[in-house]
Amino acid sequence: MHIPLSWYLILAAALFCIGLFGVMSRKNAIAILLGIELMLNAVNINLVAFWRYLDPTKMAGQAFAVIVFAVAAAEVAVGLALIISVYRRRNTIIADEIDLMKW
Amino acid sequence: MHPDQIIFFLCAALILISALFVVISRNLIHAALWLVAALFGVAVLFALLNANFLAVVQVVVYIGAIAILFLFAVMLTRKDIRDRGPQMRRSWWIPALLGLLILAGLVYLIFAQPGIDRTAAAIPAGVDPLRALGKALVSPGGYVLPFEVSSILLLAALVGAVYVAITKKS
Repeated sequence: MHIPLSWYLILAAALFCIGLFGVMSRKNAIAILLGIELMLNAVNINLVAFWRYLDPTKMAGQAFAVIVFAVAAAEVAVGLALIISVYRRRNTIIADEIDLMKW
Repeated sequence: MHPDQIIFFLCAALILISALFVVISRNLIHAALWLVAALFGVAVLFALLNANFLAVVQVVVYIGAIAILFLFAVMLTRKDIRDRGPQMRRSWWIPALLGLLILAGLVYLIFAQPGIDRTAAAIPAGVDPLRALGKALVSPGGYVLPFEVSSILLLAALVGAVYVAITKKS
């Protein structure tokens, strides 16, 4: 109750930017997914902070955070399955080398 | 300083340092373990924000399932995690510059909003956030439709993941 809202927002912004840097700079496809997880967590911090600071009696923020959890789990499951499948066929998970659909 | 603020700063330092190591560490196993540390810091922040259910779900779902899934995926694609060659793109400074620019823009926008330095009011007496969340997720006037749609999405994604990753015997 003694923490200004802006601290949470700045922390979430910094976490989002670190995740974005990871997504754009890493070569390994699994490392790219790790960066996406960081970005999703930054979004969740924002949602919960706004729920707590604006109106704790309306549950929209927390309900949306729960949905983000479910979507994150779905995204990781499909993403890792795709990466493992690509690794079996092409024997690589470097994102630059998976260029079959590049024109 | 108030104890809450000290906890916040410790958590923020844990989250940001772990997140940095997630994106820069060469060994992917280490990166996944740093991700566990960052997720745990976020769980503590949820508890600090009175979102107890989300704090527990963060530990159980994110750390217990997603991070472990990452570790398995890293081990199954073992060949590429050896420390040969650079793990970053050659032009890694462009994303770094872009990230810093976006961060500066976001911080500027955050401080341009009115009332951004407000502190949280106490939760009104008689309101139990956990009970309210449970009711909101299953009541027709609340969020039952998005909740059920997301559960169907999760089911479809898991079935699809099994189908994509399975080895077909020809």
